Amino acid sequence: METIIQVKDVGKTFIGKDNRVEALKGINLEIHKGEIYGIIGMSGAGKSTLVRCLNFLEKPTTGTVMIEGKDLAVLPERELRQTRTQIAMIFQHFNLLMQRTVLDNVCFPLEITGQKKKEARGRAKELLEIVGLSEKAKAYPAQLSGGQKQRVAIARALANNPKILLCDEATSALDPTTTKSILALLKDINKKYGITIVIITHEMAVVQEICTHVAIIDGGTLAETGTVEEVFTRPQTPAAKALVFQNGGNHQQMKGKRCIRIVFKDHSSFEPVIANMVLECKAPANILLADTKDIGGVAHGQMILQLPEDEIIAGKMIHYLKERKLEVEELSNYVG
Amino acid sequence: MWDNATIMMLIKETGTTLYMTLTSTFFAYCIGLPMGIFLVITARDGLRPNAIVYKILDVIANVVRSVPFLILLMLLIPFTRYVVGRSYGATATIVPLTVAAAPFIARLVESSLLEVDRGVVEAAQSMGASTGTVVWKVFLGEARTSLIAGATIALGTILGYSAMAGAVGGGGLGDVAIRYGYYRYQADIMIVTVILLVILVQILQFIGTKMSRKLDKRITG
Repeated sequence: METIIQVKDVGKTFIGKDNRVEALKGINLEIHKGEIYGIIGMSGAGKSTLVRCLNFLEKPTTGTVMIEGKDLAVLPERELRQTRTQIAMIFQHFNLLMQRTVLDNVCFPLEITGQKKKEARGRAKELLEIVGLSEKAKAYPAQLSGGQKQRVAIARALANNPKILLCDEATSALDPTTTKSILALLKDINKKYGITIVIITHEMAVVQEICTHVAIIDGGTLAETGTVEEVFTRPQTPAAKALVFQNGGNHQQMKGKRCIRIVFKDHSSFEPVIANMVLECKAPANILLADTKDIGGVAHGQMILQLPEDEIIAGKMIHYLKERKLEVEELSNYVG
Repeated sequence: MWDNATIMMLIKETGTTLYMTLTSTFFAYCIGLPMGIFLVITARDGLRPNAIVYKILDVIANVVRSVPFLILLMLLIPFTRYVVGRSYGATATIVPLTVAAAPFIARLVESSLLEVDRGVVEAAQSMGASTGTVVWKVFLGEARTSLIAGATIALGTILGYSAMAGAVGGGGLGDVAIRYGYYRYQADIMIVTVILLVILVQILQFIGTKMSRKLDKRITG
């Protein structure tokens, strides 16, 4: 497939009054036409700087950025601006013009490329229809919800038929339902118009939902790149593992000394009690023993659990189990 | 005191005050608005950082504002004479008023423009907007209500300065207050001129507030 964005050995250093911050180091990235490429990392990993290097809002200190084979660094300013009209961008805080109506906001990029007012308005109306906001054309951004504002921003981004759409934490300020609908819209746009989308996010769920490829950025360097499937099923680096298992993988050792015995009777086997307890209390419990015993001709399940060290969580777990009408008995000095 | 001549004079001098205030505000904006814009775009984190231009404008703005207006008025007499041909009267007062107000206005404009969301500026740049477009459509467009509020403050201040110019034969209501009230001990005329000045400021403030409210679309409803 045709390469649309090529990032070669890009580094960016910010020089402050008395410190230097190396935000990016030796970044290599290749994004192909039509991909939805996720760039994921923790806050401060340098992902926002990286996406700004793709349209030269930040000029990289070292390395080259090529868009469709054109090196942005050597373009004269006028041509750089021309190229930027082909690389649209949407933002976490939408960045709409607050003093303009929705329709005039969508017209803004068309004014920049010098289109006639009448044609621009016609095109803007079409775009609002695409994002499902036709009836809000005359409203001002202050009257819209977050999701609606992002839809306006998307309509505005599509105005000049861009080849690339950069999304900088575009769903981070939205609730989960709205996030889903915005992501669905982006996916739709990618399919219908073949626009290459680059998504910057710190949420794994976003990448999982729509991306085809993903790059994991950590401390200013790329830790891992590949298809979403590859990276998710076989994360290689610690940074990738930390993101894929977002709770850190729970490799901690059990240190608690408190052990309890639970006895299952009757029909309590329908509910996955232990799993639910772990989810509810957000702490692991260690199963030391589990078996069934024949007591008076009835099968009774019993289990011995080691509880976490934290007294509050341990107490919570015991309470949880007792509430489910299980027999709970504390064991002192249980030796497995 | 309420003879026709006095009343006619008060009306005429009110007109003179308005003439001085509005004309010098206009000229001061011709200088101060671009100056404020340049202060913003040449600043270290501006669109076109330029330490030299910024420093020069910054120093001019500070120096001129720190000279008391009355002193500036006298310092500028040769310049005023050169520009309008004489150093007294309403038209002559417009020159020092403009010079005094321009840096003040530059600072007002600067602070209004700095209120504009950096993200929106960045968005415009990402669309390929030139610096001119960003200044015109984003900075001035988005800051318009703040700019109008600033203009209202500027008008009030310049009105006050124009009254001060009365001390050196500047014309207008301040001139009346000094000549009649101070030199001739006609306290009643002085009080009337003060009331007239208060009313003028009130009207200007009312119009300014109304306009900036009407143009502000950031508030819902």
